[in-house]
Amino acid sequence: MRTDVLVIGGGAAGMGAAIAAAKEGVKVTLLEREEKTGGILNQCIHNGFGLHYFKEELTGPEYAERLKKILGEYDIDVVTDSVVKVIKNKKVVTVSCDGVKEIETSSIVFATGAREKPFGALMIPGDRPSGIFTAGVVQKFINIENRLPGKRALILGSGDIGLIMARRLTLEGVEVVGVVERMPYPGGLARNIRQCLEDFDIPLYLSSTVVEVRGKERLEKVVVAKVDEAFNPIPGTEKTFKVDTLVLSAGLLPMVSLVSDFATLNGTSGGLATSNIGQSSVEWLFGAGNSTVVYDLVDYVTIEGERAGKFAALYAKGEKLSEKIPIEPGENVRVLHPRWYSKDDGLTIYTRVSKPIEKAKLVIGNYERTLTNLMPSEMVVLKVPARYLEGFNKLEVSIKEV
Amino acid sequence: MEFVGGGRVKGVVIGAGIVGSLIARELTRYGFDVSIIEKEADIGWGVTKANSGIVHAGYDDEPGTLRAALCAKGNAMYEKLSKELDFKVKRTGSFVVAFNDEELEILKELIKRGETNGVPDLKILDRDDALSMEPHLNPEIKYALYAPTAGVIFPWDVAIAAVENATANGAKLFLNEKVVDIEVKDGRVKKVITDKGEHEADLVINAAGLYGDEIARMAGAEHVPIHPRKGEYIILDNKVSKMVKRVIFPTPSKKSKGILVVPTLTGEVLLGPTAQDLPPEMKDNLSTTAEGLNFVKEKVIKLMPNLPFNKTLKTFAGLRPESPQKDFFIKKSDKVWGFVNVIAIRSPGLTAAPAIAKYVVEKVIEEDMGITLEKNESFNPIRKGITHFADLPPEEWNEIIKKDPKAGKIICFCNKVTEREVIEAIKRGARTLDGIKFRTRAMAGRCQANFCTTRVMRVLARELGVDMSEIMLKSGNSWVVDGKVRR
Repeated sequence: MRTDVLVIGGGAAGMGAAIAAAKEGVKVTLLEREEKTGGILNQCIHNGFGLHYFKEELTGPEYAERLKKILGEYDIDVVTDSVVKVIKNKKVVTVSCDGVKEIETSSIVFATGAREKPFGALMIPGDRPSGIFTAGVVQKFINIENRLPGKRALILGSGDIGLIMARRLTLEGVEVVGVVERMPYPGGLARNIRQCLEDFDIPLYLSSTVVEVRGKERLEKVVVAKVDEAFNPIPGTEKTFKVDTLVLSAGLLPMVSLVSDFATLNGTSGGLATSNIGQSSVEWLFGAGNSTVVYDLVDYVTIEGERAGKFAALYAKGEKLSEKIPIEPGENVRVLHPRWYSKDDGLTIYTRVSKPIEKAKLVIGNYERTLTNLMPSEMVVLKVPARYLEGFNKLEVSIKEV
Repeated sequence: MEFVGGGRVKGVVIGAGIVGSLIARELTRYGFDVSIIEKEADIGWGVTKANSGIVHAGYDDEPGTLRAALCAKGNAMYEKLSKELDFKVKRTGSFVVAFNDEELEILKELIKRGETNGVPDLKILDRDDALSMEPHLNPEIKYALYAPTAGVIFPWDVAIAAVENATANGAKLFLNEKVVDIEVKDGRVKKVITDKGEHEADLVINAAGLYGDEIARMAGAEHVPIHPRKGEYIILDNKVSKMVKRVIFPTPSKKSKGILVVPTLTGEVLLGPTAQDLPPEMKDNLSTTAEGLNFVKEKVIKLMPNLPFNKTLKTFAGLRPESPQKDFFIKKSDKVWGFVNVIAIRSPGLTAAPAIAKYVVEKVIEEDMGITLEKNESFNPIRKGITHFADLPPEEWNEIIKKDPKAGKIICFCNKVTEREVIEAIKRGARTLDGIKFRTRAMAGRCQANFCTTRVMRVLARELGVDMSEIMLKSGNSWVVDGKVRR
């Protein structure tokens, strides 16, 4: 089979990319590994999505439905239940109930999303009983499978999914005894701390972590301790929680295993490194969404997906794209996306600070902007006008404390 | 001699670990009426499940011991066995690295031992040769003992395969059944009594791993005391496989072979084990510790300084059955006729297992006990494994999908395990999530089951006709989900 633009992943980024590519009049094929498109939005039945992109507040499934509707208006070949086995040059091998197929394409938009950091990666000592889940799995149990994960739960990590699941579990009658966060500040958005914890009197234990899990068959108890500045547990501060469920929300990792052997990764995000038009180090490979950097809001995911889709289509049509110049992270920048700038389109910077900063000056090229109350958990999103970027052959983003 | 099975000898094998499983299979080869009793919910879930998974070359063990005799023999037997039972062995070869001339002396001793034990092709490499073969080794190493015949397996694969083959040849498997007593009458074993019922027996094979001493005590037979030695491990993502081609050992100490770096069959890299002796009453202590995991890290960094620990998938601990006299304890009881101990099977028990099974039947049962072995003419040594379609050439996979679309439905995205493989695992006895994981590698990949837990649970619930809330993760009451959110 042959196509012009192959989009891998049918979530908020991939659907945006497919729509934008189709608008350019090229043949677009979208591959989704699950039974239906929508990606992780399908299980996020809470609201708070779409304020930027659709200018109204939607639930995850509603947001996905809107995109699907637009997708349906174009002549896009949407293939669900289809898993990519390997990407080799511009050939992609897929597996589905219809067989093992090879698709040849002119360009690819890689929009595979992110996965949750697994519990095992944290190397927490103790037993390995059932009852330890990531927040996404719990979300799927409750929202998709209609099953409760347990009766009493502790949540490790105050990322947004963890906070949202604290509320969700409480609403469904599971007793949530607390949220544990090893940093001295929460990992999720301020509005989620308020709406998901404070409104339900769920305690948040900062500068704390799980040091032990116990239970031979099902989880029986979890030991939490305070940590010092180097995140080492402080002896004598242990507190035991008798719970049958431990929910982990320790962050998301961009899924890049299909491309990490041949394309450059963004060391600050762990995702596929791309330019502001979505192009990676491999000229036919474009990236979008959480597989490039983990965004705070799905709206940005779709917006950047559209951009990658558009330029992947232009590339497929043989249009010459401009040289890209590198963008490096500077002072206090922990996460930075994109990693190259091409003057074919405007530049939007997505960045996270490495520590909380009250007042700072963000500098890139000849551009400066004063920012206040920066938190690592809240992404800084800034449009940088092109005139400030002229004459540079490399750029650096730094966030200086004022 | 008269047997309860009429003309056939009724043999009860206690323990469906790799040793018990292979013995059970060997017994069916000679027409014994075989029952296998296992207290866990699945095959190979004791000592077999949690060890380094290495087919050792055989240079480690002191000549003259049973361990030495059976290790090299077992290593060679894996060739044929893996073909008959359709499980994978990867002959990766192994290095024992030395950092100084003192350690070199130990390597030379190992070569000598290896030659006495019949280990082929051992040689000592200098630093440059070793580094060119394993570029990520610590550049400060001086020498490496290279053993090309060492390899890796998934030990539970072998146990599962052996039980499947044994049952195809007439053996019966009893899972979730714990032996509580052994009835002896007039100096002969009569019955094995479990928490579920009784099994008449002419012959009892004690392959109960960590609990081997307790089982022997039930029968009033001789035994050696067994205590658990804990080994903690770290597993790294299969992207790390590029960095490690062979099993890497440090120069061994008196107590253990040290902390190893093991490239597994599916590419994940296994690091460990520690060697912590526990008191006999802690035979179910499988917990990892902060000290243990840190120790593994420290020692691994000395062997391979650049291994990325941020690619850790999971950690676990296993227990090995240790005994004071160190050697395997494989013999018939002189007090209780019909009772055979196959205990204290510590390292290199996995390697030796095929040779142990043969030794038990041909030496202990036939020669020492005088039971005449008669070949079971209808014995079929061949068992077919579960095909992992992603390993097949695309055309071949396509043909299978044409006949059964479920062979193209991927359930586990990371390891590309299809619904048909999961169903096949259930047909062969998987009843838990771990049962499916160990048979198919679904849920064992990079995302550690975060994407496919519910997908696997749906198939399992459907195939078994149960509600999701009845599905267990592993043995015992390890429920996964509670009731419904709403009716």
